[in-house]
Amino acid sequence: MSVEAREARQPWILLSPALTAVTLLLLVPLCFIVIYSFWLRTATGADQAGFYLDNWAEALSDRFYRDILLNTLKIATITTAICALMGYPSAYFIARSRGNKAMLLLLLMLPFWISYIIRTMSWINILGVSGALNGVLTWTGIVDEPIQMLYNEATVILGLVHFLLPFMILNIFVSLDGIDVTLEDAANSLGATKWQAFLQVTLPLSLPGLAAGGLLCFVLGAGTYITPLVLGGPTDAMFANLVFEAIITQLNWPLGSALSLMLLAVLAVLVGIYNRYLGMAQLMKGLG
Amino acid sequence: MKKMDNTTRYERLRERYMNGDLDRRTFLGLLGAAGAAYGVVTPYRAFAQDVSQVRFDGWGGVVSEAFRQYAFDPYTAETGIEVVDGTFGGGDEYLSRVKASQTGEYNIAHLSGVFDYARYDNLGLSSELNEDNIPNLQYVIPKLVDVFRKVSGGTLSCVPYDYGTTGLAYNRAHISDEEMQEKGAKILIDEAYKGKIAGWSDWRTRIWFASLQTGQDPNAAEDMDAVWDAIRAHRDLSLKYWTSGAELMSLLAEEEIYVTEGWSGRIYALQEQGHDIGYYDPPNGYGWQECLFVLKGSPMEAAEELLNFMLAPETSIAVAEGQNYPPALDPNKVELGEKIPTLPAFDPTGTLDGLTFADPEYWNSHEADWSKTFGRVQKGY
Repeated sequence: MSVEAREARQPWILLSPALTAVTLLLLVPLCFIVIYSFWLRTATGADQAGFYLDNWAEALSDRFYRDILLNTLKIATITTAICALMGYPSAYFIARSRGNKAMLLLLLMLPFWISYIIRTMSWINILGVSGALNGVLTWTGIVDEPIQMLYNEATVILGLVHFLLPFMILNIFVSLDGIDVTLEDAANSLGATKWQAFLQVTLPLSLPGLAAGGLLCFVLGAGTYITPLVLGGPTDAMFANLVFEAIITQLNWPLGSALSLMLLAVLAVLVGIYNRYLGMAQLMKGLG
Repeated sequence: MKKMDNTTRYERLRERYMNGDLDRRTFLGLLGAAGAAYGVVTPYRAFAQDVSQVRFDGWGGVVSEAFRQYAFDPYTAETGIEVVDGTFGGGDEYLSRVKASQTGEYNIAHLSGVFDYARYDNLGLSSELNEDNIPNLQYVIPKLVDVFRKVSGGTLSCVPYDYGTTGLAYNRAHISDEEMQEKGAKILIDEAYKGKIAGWSDWRTRIWFASLQTGQDPNAAEDMDAVWDAIRAHRDLSLKYWTSGAELMSLLAEEEIYVTEGWSGRIYALQEQGHDIGYYDPPNGYGWQECLFVLKGSPMEAAEELLNFMLAPETSIAVAEGQNYPPALDPNKVELGEKIPTLPAFDPTGTLDGLTFADPEYWNSHEADWSKTFGRVQKGY
């Protein structure tokens, strides 16, 4: 075998474990889901194999699914915006700090050591009627009766921000950390104020990181079902809750498959738009 | 003759090879065949009777703790068979897991209601117990056994284990016993408690209580529009739908809510912890019985041995006292001790005539339609 041929094969050999894993753990199950989406659920709960378009017709034409999908996208957008507003100053502070950067990054990672469900449930102890915040408010006499703060859309967004903020900060940090700090000094020396230097130099250069963090937060936020389940009220459902209910509660795997593919398609379109205008390379950098 | 285990078999094979009785090619060929046979047989090892563990799935919380302490650990100590216990939030969730599993992966489940038993039977998941291996079945209330036999054509795939009710649980600091008895199930749609009401996110329970709220027979509601309207009214007044016993207890204990329907044993556990929570079974309240269901493909002898162990009066009573649900044991045949007669839903006659159980035929015939409709109503539709 020639050296060229060997060199051409080498990347594929190195990639083969990862490609095998992606094929077996992602593509093959995805194919099963596609096939399932054309089956039907019988009255007893058993599946009827075949090629039926009923689930797709229902998923695409029923206003109920469209409304919940739009609500999900709304919640994911608000969450992403809050994460961006809160995450940027934190990332900026970490990127520009001297000496204790590693410690700050470690603190940022610290929440990942605790289960996402536990972190979500911790809000019940903070915002509950007999929780810490109400305890402080009643103890200080600010309120006479505990305030009902839990189980609404605001607490769902709060829980999502709590979960997703570190992803946003990390992505913006990676972007900011790669910017030469002397660029701001150069802008200042040319007469720009600190604020102008930030707005016209640093912010534009860090936008890819902000966009990568935004995409991650949006996709993860739109696909969650635990947060609305734990912190939401009776009507605060997101699209993933519909998938969960179809598959788990109603034992309707075919409809659940169609719904999950529908959500996947919407998110894939958003990723496609991102890739078209910003490129996936920045996202990979952020993840790295 | 003593049965030879695989280790001994391989050792003898190796010994014959070392002694020169077997050539290398034959030795390796036999080893290869043994390996292949093991690989083929392993997925089906649940069918084999020589088992080292049995999987049990239940409701978690105080119920699982009671099972572990009073049944599984003593059973393992006596038989050497380990009981691996998992938990689920509801029968639907468990059924979905079983559907996604290999035959034999799940063995025994603590199922609630005859309707669940019927669903599993309809899906071909039931086994056939050899009742000769479960002599303690004789102590069980006959009525509880008969309903299961009726569903599965005379045989049993489960043994009844306990029963209870889903009644009204209320914070007595805010709702008096008199008010509760006067309003009954309608207290769950009382505007006065808006934001302090909750309910289980289970479609059957919601429809059952909505039937009571609209003055209908929960096993034969005729005006479903009224039922759905009552469910909507309850939804709009509710703070939250709870999804597990732990969440139910937390909402009541933390005073996030004042009233909900609740499982009798869990409410008793709250009372035992010192919370001033009342419990009231309204007329035609939701009675249910739970069983230990053995899934098709399970190691039957080991499972039957575990069921017999769990039905032994001393075990069954200890578990019942731990989980706060009366055991399925007939009080006319077994002395149940001091605590059990004080548990909510306990029937000293052993006839259970005072409890209304869900009619499996009625509920399962509407399951596909109603579970889906409830999913929509629950979300504001």
